[in-house]
Amino acid sequence: MAQRVRTRRHVAARTSSAPQAGPAARPEARRAGRMNGAQALVEALRREGVEVLFGHPGGASLPIYDALYDAEGIRHILVRHEQVAAHAAVGYARASGRVGVCTATSGPGATNLVTGITDAMMDSAPIVAITGQVPRPVIGNDAFQEADVTGITMPITKYNTLVMRAVDIPRAVHQAFYLARTGRPGPVLVDIPRDVSQELCEPEFPDEIAIPGYRPVTDGSPNQIASALEALAGAQRPIIYAGGGIISAGASAELTALAERTRIPVALTLMGKGAMDETHPLCLSMLGMHGSVYANYAINDADVILAVGVRFDDRVTGRLKDFAPRARFIHIDIDPAEIGKNKPAHIPIVGDARRVLAVMAAQARAPQIDAWWKQINEWRERYPFRYRQREDRVSHQHVCDLLNRLTGGRAIVTTDVGQHQMWMAQWYKCREPRTFITSGGLGAMGFGFPAAMGAKFGCPDKEVIAVVGDGGFMMTIQDLITAAEHGLSLPIFVLNNNALGMVRQWQTFFYRGRLSASVLRNPDFARLGEAFGCRGIRVERPEQVEPALRAALETEGIPCVVDILCDPEENCLPMIPSGQSIAEMILDE
Amino acid sequence: MSEEHHAATISVLVQNAPGVLVRVAGLIRRRGVNIHSLSVGPTEDPKISRMTIVVDTPPDRTESFAKQLRKLVEVLRATAVDGTPTVDRELALIKVNVTPGTRLEIMEIANVFRANIVDLTDRTMSLEVTGRSEKVDAFVSLLTKYGIREMARTGQVTLARGPQNT
Repeated sequence: MAQRVRTRRHVAARTSSAPQAGPAARPEARRAGRMNGAQALVEALRREGVEVLFGHPGGASLPIYDALYDAEGIRHILVRHEQVAAHAAVGYARASGRVGVCTATSGPGATNLVTGITDAMMDSAPIVAITGQVPRPVIGNDAFQEADVTGITMPITKYNTLVMRAVDIPRAVHQAFYLARTGRPGPVLVDIPRDVSQELCEPEFPDEIAIPGYRPVTDGSPNQIASALEALAGAQRPIIYAGGGIISAGASAELTALAERTRIPVALTLMGKGAMDETHPLCLSMLGMHGSVYANYAINDADVILAVGVRFDDRVTGRLKDFAPRARFIHIDIDPAEIGKNKPAHIPIVGDARRVLAVMAAQARAPQIDAWWKQINEWRERYPFRYRQREDRVSHQHVCDLLNRLTGGRAIVTTDVGQHQMWMAQWYKCREPRTFITSGGLGAMGFGFPAAMGAKFGCPDKEVIAVVGDGGFMMTIQDLITAAEHGLSLPIFVLNNNALGMVRQWQTFFYRGRLSASVLRNPDFARLGEAFGCRGIRVERPEQVEPALRAALETEGIPCVVDILCDPEENCLPMIPSGQSIAEMILDE
Repeated sequence: MSEEHHAATISVLVQNAPGVLVRVAGLIRRRGVNIHSLSVGPTEDPKISRMTIVVDTPPDRTESFAKQLRKLVEVLRATAVDGTPTVDRELALIKVNVTPGTRLEIMEIANVFRANIVDLTDRTMSLEVTGRSEKVDAFVSLLTKYGIREMARTGQVTLARGPQNT
């Protein structure tokens, strides 16, 4: 006990007398005196500009939490399950553009992060996960709460490291943040044994970092760019296929400029929603399995496809050999390994989307594509997204459409995974980047609500809403208490069809309607929300929808759970069944 | 091993750090590629090791696979060396049964393959042979009829011919 008090005083003294050492600290500030590993960690986080971290303590991370007790300017948000910490870090990162941080103890704490870290890997979200590990002498002995976390997370992190000396912590942290946010962003995990956190050291805080095996290429080859521009200028049916890489690179303005200069239509992936204003006349909305008919027809008929920051995911392409069979592909990506991975690229360009598109927008010549636009507009008129409203049943799509209108498409939306996610993707017309946060690649149920919390902590002045399904919400619902505790103005709309809707839909279409384990018995989400200290609203009839949405959006200083009982039989259309091509698209009616 | 696959050689320079072998091997497994052989050893720079990996990949996937390897932070260089002139070598130690009647015969075969006898007892002979994998294979198959008791092969190592780096 005495030692702990002494430690705390020591830190307080150091903090108050320390010069303002920011990320641009001068060399004399690189040494910060004697401290333990955990204090070095907290100081390193502070120097990275970390303001919020999401986490849950435990035995192996006790020294870290002790150091956090004294941390100035770093807010620790205590979650009730580590999965929430990882999802919140992703929501924080994707909404704000800054690196999200989560922390967990060894063993079960760290393994609970795994789903969230995998989501960050699949969707290229920059997060740093800090985990406690059992003390060095017992590593490998199957100690209490031991798990080989660097081994477990090797395939799901951009990089991970087990730090074996306290003095190495500052460099490991600096490198972790650098790797997480540069190149193709992704998760990095730093595993710190408890005795390393306790070890005294005199750390140096590096300003620069040199990683010999890591040099992202940011400027595209001028020759390749020239070839690409020539191909686009001569195209008759060109299209831009734009994805999450545009948002990571902050290239929305450049993308829009290129599209406007050339009048080439733009189709967005799920991860690319927000890369371009979806109400822009050149934007064809989302393509892919549940994308717009016109975007899918257009890409399949295209003769030149400019793919930017995309990875030709199977949810976009369907059966690969039938995807855009007549097209030449120009593929821009910062990750060379994505180019040619699924579809051969005729003109590969490795580089940062913003830099490459800026050059292209400045030099592009517009192709003659009036006939192409005539065709696209015909498809657009003939196959709009649509929904019907049955009497006495609340339509999911109507709720999504209304949320779009009430927020003007400018709120940050997070979703879970399933039907409601696709309906939001179809009906919510993002006006700006970083407004649509969803688990795209991994498809992790339980993501939506924690991601919304993270987004709200990252962007407290922006309107953030969560749209979740009844199935996914139940997976992380316990953290309503966290949102309530922090008084977050956070409306959570539960599109409740008492089913795992997408599973039920596939069973309906492809398994002869045998609804195996897809029908749910649910609690009363509104009352459950109230039990957690949130506001709760239950919606059972169509005429209650709009007043409820308005009330929730206006609720301040407290989360609001809106339980909306929706049509239990609605299917999400259009749909290109998994592994098939556009010819097999199921249309609405 | 399906027919359209072939053995592609990828030479990888890595930082000599803990866990690098696991990262490389894990990546190969994750991408569903079968490892023929993998050899690791130091280079002229003690901080850098070279791995020579022979994998079964379809020819058009080899470069894509090398790109995945380059994404590992500790990987400094990964080159698919197929199509460039190379020197490839593998070493094998083979312990074979001998009798007074077969000893000379085996020594004659060893002589043709320029293999060295590195151990000899009244019942066994250990041979060391170096060469391209095909040569080692041929040597092994000639020795099979005498009864191979044990064998250890290093896996292939490769360097590009001439002044260019591998």
